[in-house]
Amino acid sequence: MTNFTMQSIIAAKQKRKRRFVWLTTLLASISLVLCVAMLMLGNTIYPVSDVIRVLLGEDVQGASFAVGTIRLPRMLAGLFAGFAFGLGGYVFQTMLRNPLANPNVIGITSGSSAAAVFCIIVLQASNTMISIASVIGGLITVIAIFFLSKGSSFSIGRLILIGIGIQAMLTAFINYLLLIGNTHDLPTAMRWLSGSLNGAKMETLTPLVVAVFIFTPIILMLSKRLAILELGEQTATALGVDTNKSRVLLLVSAVIILALATATTGPIAFVAFLAGPIAKRLVGHGFSALLPAGLVGVILVLAADLIGQFAFTARYPVGVITGIIGAPYLIYLLIRINRKGDI
Amino acid sequence: MTRLRATMPSHVPKHLWKVTVLFVILLIVSVMASLAFGARTIGWDGLMDGLFSPDVQSHEAIVVRQRIVRTIFSFMCGAALGVSGALMQSVTRNPIADPSILGVNTGAALFVVCGIAFFNISTANEYIWLAIAGAMITAIFVFTIGSLGASGATPLKLVLAGAATSAILSSLVTAIMIPRTNVMDEFRFWQVGSVGAGNWDLIQLFIPFLLVGIAIALLTAPALNALALGDDVATGLGVNTGMIRLFAAFAGVLLCGVATALAGPIGFIGLLATHVVRLVIGPDIRYILPLSAFVGGIILTCSDVAGRLLGSPGELEVGILTAFIGAPILILITMKAKIRAL
Repeated sequence: MTNFTMQSIIAAKQKRKRRFVWLTTLLASISLVLCVAMLMLGNTIYPVSDVIRVLLGEDVQGASFAVGTIRLPRMLAGLFAGFAFGLGGYVFQTMLRNPLANPNVIGITSGSSAAAVFCIIVLQASNTMISIASVIGGLITVIAIFFLSKGSSFSIGRLILIGIGIQAMLTAFINYLLLIGNTHDLPTAMRWLSGSLNGAKMETLTPLVVAVFIFTPIILMLSKRLAILELGEQTATALGVDTNKSRVLLLVSAVIILALATATTGPIAFVAFLAGPIAKRLVGHGFSALLPAGLVGVILVLAADLIGQFAFTARYPVGVITGIIGAPYLIYLLIRINRKGDI
Repeated sequence: MTRLRATMPSHVPKHLWKVTVLFVILLIVSVMASLAFGARTIGWDGLMDGLFSPDVQSHEAIVVRQRIVRTIFSFMCGAALGVSGALMQSVTRNPIADPSILGVNTGAALFVVCGIAFFNISTANEYIWLAIAGAMITAIFVFTIGSLGASGATPLKLVLAGAATSAILSSLVTAIMIPRTNVMDEFRFWQVGSVGAGNWDLIQLFIPFLLVGIAIALLTAPALNALALGDDVATGLGVNTGMIRLFAAFAGVLLCGVATALAGPIGFIGLLATHVVRLVIGPDIRYILPLSAFVGGIILTCSDVAGRLLGSPGELEVGILTAFIGAPILILITMKAKIRAL
């Protein structure tokens, strides 16, 4: 290889790297702006200075309660759940090498949701119990879906269909639980069926926040392996990746953060599905879109929640807005996939 | 048509009579159960009084008479959905087609909700047409997306298109409902179907649609049999495949649209009924169609009874139960299917 080609390869790589860093910074800044907006906006609009004073622990007349007790938990729930959905969704989509095979479409988030609702209504369990149960619910759903779709030979199509079937059952189960619990008022139902940030409280956020801080580094460390897994099983083995070990580790980490996010906000519709493809398109080839996917998740959830709260005369839960944005994208994706060939 | 009949010997399935008798017995049992069980369980005497002695005005007899309406209504809904499922499976040549899986009844629900919210439509007479229009548009939309590409309408593509469409439509239903607290009580009705609202007026409204739908279904049945052999063979047998598909799909969408308008979106009945019938009677659509009506009615009535028992003292909407019974069947079919068939 001549010196010249080497140089141009290195230059191109550096250019891509600059682009990646620039993009990630941009996404992070947008997330930050949205976070601040979440704290400022509401029935009363507080200036940034008041918000900062509240965050620093000062007592500001009026603002302390509105910002500190109501808006801050809501913002944090959106921030961490959005990040978890984006990251977890991207792991699934990459590992199964199909954007359709994401936690929403194949029903993993509804597994966590069903477990959480069961604990709340039937067992009236503590917050810790709810978190543990939602993780177990998510893991059982994943295992069930994989086990059932194993058959004579594995196919993504079968997996997706079985996931849709399982999701239908779990939704019916959640409906049943809400009904016997006599809590089938609309807000509760919306929360557990399509996700909402209403009623987020500081004390219920802890498990999600801790899990995001523990598992995000693990997933990011495995991102190189994830990229290799994306090349296919045989290539990955040939390149020396212990496919099963990496896969299980990634899967469990992704399910844990997804499940805890679901236990906090409900399964916010389509965020786990949308974030990955958007991030991937922004990043392009050569870099793992994991972190950008998480940030896109944050942006989606916070922006949708702001739209739901303030854009219309009525207040809509975030899941309704993401559902209306996300489903057309799913249809668009289907049209594109169908045109190209088979799923 | 005559040519077609000549090529297809009118082979009567082996167990047709046994199966029919069995279904009739099941029907009677399910009807009796539907009359007897509920918030208050009625004994045999009360049941007989309510049914056969119009003079008796005991409390029990009156309860039974009220339940008659509900039972007839649920049987009709089940029958409509059963036939609709059989037609959709046959038209799309797809073992997992069902109005709910294809998102068609969510489309019907959305149109009705729009009518109620924006155009002050309040009577079933008016919104039944909206439901049919909604079902038609959704069916066309889902089928168009699902059949793009070289391989045509595979089950997986159709189901995914249906699930995506269903997701956006139900988000819209919710979005329309949330600011309107006055219709919020009805919200659950449009999310999970129920036969609890059945009354004589609705039944009278239902009958003509049910009859027209089933009549078209039965008329297209022989041609649908030919269609099952593949479009080329069917054309060779003198079937106008496009026309037959159009008519059969129209009947299927009509039936499910009307059932959704009157009872809300109830899922999986078509899938369940058709598969049960096909299992016992074989692939001949001429027998599958009428028996699916029977079985659909039986399943919906039994699910309604179970919902009343499980949810007591209130009741559990029947749509929740049918999803719970129906989804495992979807999974089973998928597990059995050959990969290429997906």
